[in-house]
Amino acid sequence: MNTWTTWIAIGVTAFGCYAVKLLGLSVPAGFLERPLVRRLAALLPIALLAALTAIQTFGTSGRTLVLDARCAGLAAAAVALLLRAPFLVVVAAAVLATAAVRALAG
Amino acid sequence: MTATSAEPEEIPEDLSEVEEPAAPEGPGASGRPRSAVIRDALGVGIAVGLSGFAFGVTSAGAGLGVAQTCALSLLVFTGASQFALVGALGAGGSPLAAAAGAFFLGVRNAFYGLRLSGLLRLSPAVRPLAAHWVIDETSAVALAQPDRASARLGFTVTGMSLYALWNLTTLLGALGASALGDPGAWGLDAAGPAVFLALLAPMVRGRQERAAAGLAVLLAVVCLPLLPAGVPVLVAALAAPLVLAVAR
Repeated sequence: MNTWTTWIAIGVTAFGCYAVKLLGLSVPAGFLERPLVRRLAALLPIALLAALTAIQTFGTSGRTLVLDARCAGLAAAAVALLLRAPFLVVVAAAVLATAAVRALAG
Repeated sequence: MTATSAEPEEIPEDLSEVEEPAAPEGPGASGRPRSAVIRDALGVGIAVGLSGFAFGVTSAGAGLGVAQTCALSLLVFTGASQFALVGALGAGGSPLAAAAGAFFLGVRNAFYGLRLSGLLRLSPAVRPLAAHWVIDETSAVALAQPDRASARLGFTVTGMSLYALWNLTTLLGALGASALGDPGAWGLDAAGPAVFLALLAPMVRGRQERAAAGLAVLLAVVCLPLLPAGVPVLVAALAAPLVLAVAR
């Protein structure tokens, strides 16, 4: 991947993410507290996280949809979440299940 | 960043309740022993800080260098955005589309900051420094405290321990990735989606939340083969205003 464009993406992300953090601490309360804005703010991360979960589970670098060992990993993570496992255990379950399925499949 | 404990719903709606210090139960001005606050904060900081290792390995596997990976943890310091950015770049997405997706995920931190500013009452000199630590975990710990002194302590200890560990484990993960070889062989490509799912699960409670999540998955899967990498996430983000529009 092109190094310079990657650095630009890192710079833009760092600047933008810091700017919104500082904005939140700095603006007078009430400005962002309107009900519609708050509902949108609650739903936006849900939509993004759900989409990212699907894309990184079923997507490939070749822009195709596949069902592979990552599905087993995600299922293991879901089970760990249902059992109220700590964050680190959820991630570890996904990694181990994926590796196990790949090892078994050769 | 990343924690199942960081549920926005758990954050008190009415800050005036939080702002009024609880009646001191023992000697000392604070309503809660400092050791209890520090213990809670360190528990969150250490558990989540360790998962920086997964980010370091994922980022290196996506093709980013060690310096780039460490720069992300040092300068962006909000885990979901970091995972989203390297995922989109690794899939060949355009840098701007990738950055846009990461940025939109970071917008929620503005709402944490809004609630924290009334609680912590930071001086203008400290605010720019504290802003960097305004993430899921520090907000969850600070907003759970009964008084301002405990909230400040919880915020500081969580931020400090998480920032130190997250960056250290990011470096170790990025360096270790080359020793591990293909991250796919170890199942580490499943770390990213697991992180997203762990963050998502506590948020999806009501009907609108479920609808937004379902619609977003549908939009993402439909757009994935059709649009350049990084763009499907942005299209899927439209699920949030769409659900709101239908609900009105």
